[in-house]
Amino acid sequence: MSEAHQTAPLLRTPLHRFHVERGARLVAFAGYEMPVHYPTGILTEHLHTRAAAGLFDISHMGQIAMRPMSGRLDDTARALETLVPIDVIGIGEGRQRYALFTNPAGGILDDLIIAHRGDHLLLVVNAACKTADLAHLRQHLGQTCRIDPLPDRALIGLQGPLTETALARLAPAITTMRFMDVRRLPILGADCDVSRSGYTGEDGFEISIAADHAEALARALCKDNSVMPIGLGARDSLRLEAGLCLYGSDLDPTTTPVMASLEWAIGRVRRIGGSRAGGFPGAEIILRQISEGAPCRRVGLKVEDRVPVRAGAKLYTDEVSASTIGTVTSGGFGPTVQAPIAMGYIDRNFATTGERIFGEVRGKRIALRVCDLPFVPHRYKRN
Amino acid sequence: MLKFTEDHEWLRIEGDIATVGITNYAQEQLGDLVFVELPAPGAKPEKGAAAAVVESVKAASDVYAPVSGEITEINQAIVDEPALVNRDPMGKGWFFKIRISDPSQLDRLLDEKAYQAMIA
Repeated sequence: MSEAHQTAPLLRTPLHRFHVERGARLVAFAGYEMPVHYPTGILTEHLHTRAAAGLFDISHMGQIAMRPMSGRLDDTARALETLVPIDVIGIGEGRQRYALFTNPAGGILDDLIIAHRGDHLLLVVNAACKTADLAHLRQHLGQTCRIDPLPDRALIGLQGPLTETALARLAPAITTMRFMDVRRLPILGADCDVSRSGYTGEDGFEISIAADHAEALARALCKDNSVMPIGLGARDSLRLEAGLCLYGSDLDPTTTPVMASLEWAIGRVRRIGGSRAGGFPGAEIILRQISEGAPCRRVGLKVEDRVPVRAGAKLYTDEVSASTIGTVTSGGFGPTVQAPIAMGYIDRNFATTGERIFGEVRGKRIALRVCDLPFVPHRYKRN
Repeated sequence: MLKFTEDHEWLRIEGDIATVGITNYAQEQLGDLVFVELPAPGAKPEKGAAAAVVESVKAASDVYAPVSGEITEINQAIVDEPALVNRDPMGKGWFFKIRISDPSQLDRLLDEKAYQAMIA
C-alpha cells in the first residue's frame, strides 16, 4: 500500500505550464510538483518580493467550503468552534481569521485561515494536511454542515509593497480592502475570492480563482514589470523573516498553541472567563497553559556568527553542557536581514529576549541570541 | 592540467599543488551561496572526506577533498563574500590549495571532456 503512495505521480497545479515556461526548477512538495525557484534564484526572488511584488502559486493548498444544513451560518461557525480555539462566531462577514485545529492533547493538527463568505465559511488549509483535515471536519461536523473541498479552485498569492498597484489595474475595488478583508470580485471575467493577506509579512493578496482561469490571471499579473513569479524557496525565507510558522516544521501534533507562541489567535471569548470558554479539543491543557505558561516556547533566534543554524540543530545553555534546552525548527539565511536567522522551541526558563544560548552545527557550538519575532517588521495594511 | 570529480569539483594542478573549487554546474545547482566554511591550512583531509561546507539560502552541502593531501592555502575572499563562488566559480571563487600526497589518485579524475559529458 505504501509503495503505491510512493510511486503515485505528482499532482500538478493549474499553473504548471506557466512554471515550466518560466524555467522553474520543480520539486516534489506535499504530493505536488511545485516551483522551488525560477532562473532568477531564491535570493533575488526574496528581495524582489520585499521591494516590489511577488506572485506565488499556492494552488496546492486546500480550499474547503462549509455550509450550514440549517441555513444559518452561525450554526456552522458554532460547530467549527468545537474543533478550533478561535472566536469563529465573531468573524464578521467579509473578514477572515488565522486558526488552528487542535487535538485532545492540545497539540496542533494544522493551521488554517477561516473566512466568512456570507452564506458559507471558506477554509484554507495546508497542502500536506488537506486530506486529513477534510476527514476530521466530516467526522466531527458532517452531521450539521455540508463540507465541500474545492479542487477546481486555484490559489494565487501576490505579496509585496507594489501588489496593490499591480492588482488594482485588474480589480480597482481592491484598494479599499484592508488586512484580512475578503471579497468576491470579478477579475478578467472570472469570479474571484480575494483576501488582503498572505504569508510573507508584506502587504498583499490571495486570490482564489477557477482553475481554468488561473493561468490567464498569472500571465496578466506578470505583464506588470513589478511582478515576478516566486518559488517555494523564497516563500520559506520570507515567512521565516516574518516569524510565521510552517506546519510540519514549527508546528505539529505535539506542539500546543501556547508552546508555539500563538495564543494571540485564541480569542478572549474562548478563554477562561469568556462566554464560550473551552469546548475545543485539548481545551483544558491549552487554557491552563495560557494562565500558567507552557514548558517550552517558540522564540526567534539571531545567530552571532555567520553560519546558518538550520532545523534540527540542538540548543544548549553554554558551549560544553550535554543536556539540550531545545531544538531549532526553522533556520536559514534571511536575505533581507542579511544574516542567519532561526526559530525554535526552548525551555521556558531561557525563553527571554536577549538570552544568550548556543546551537550545535556540525559539532560546533554557535552563539545565538533569543529575540522577538518577526525579524522583519510586518507591513500589513491595517487601516 | 585541469581535472574534475564526479562530485562537481575542479582541480587545477601545478606541480604537486592542486587548486580546488566547484564547477559552474555545481554553483548553479546550489543557487546563491550565503556561507562558506573552509578547512584550516595544515589540515590533512583524505580523498573523499568533507573538506569544506557551502550553504545556500536553502541548504548546506559538503565539498569533498578530491585527493588526499595537506591544505596549503585557503581563499578567504569567498568566506567574506560567498557570492564570489556563484559569479566566478572557476576563477576568483576557488576554495583551497592542497599538496597532493598520492599523485596516483589523479589518474581516476575526469578530464574536462569526460566531465562535460557527465553533466550533459
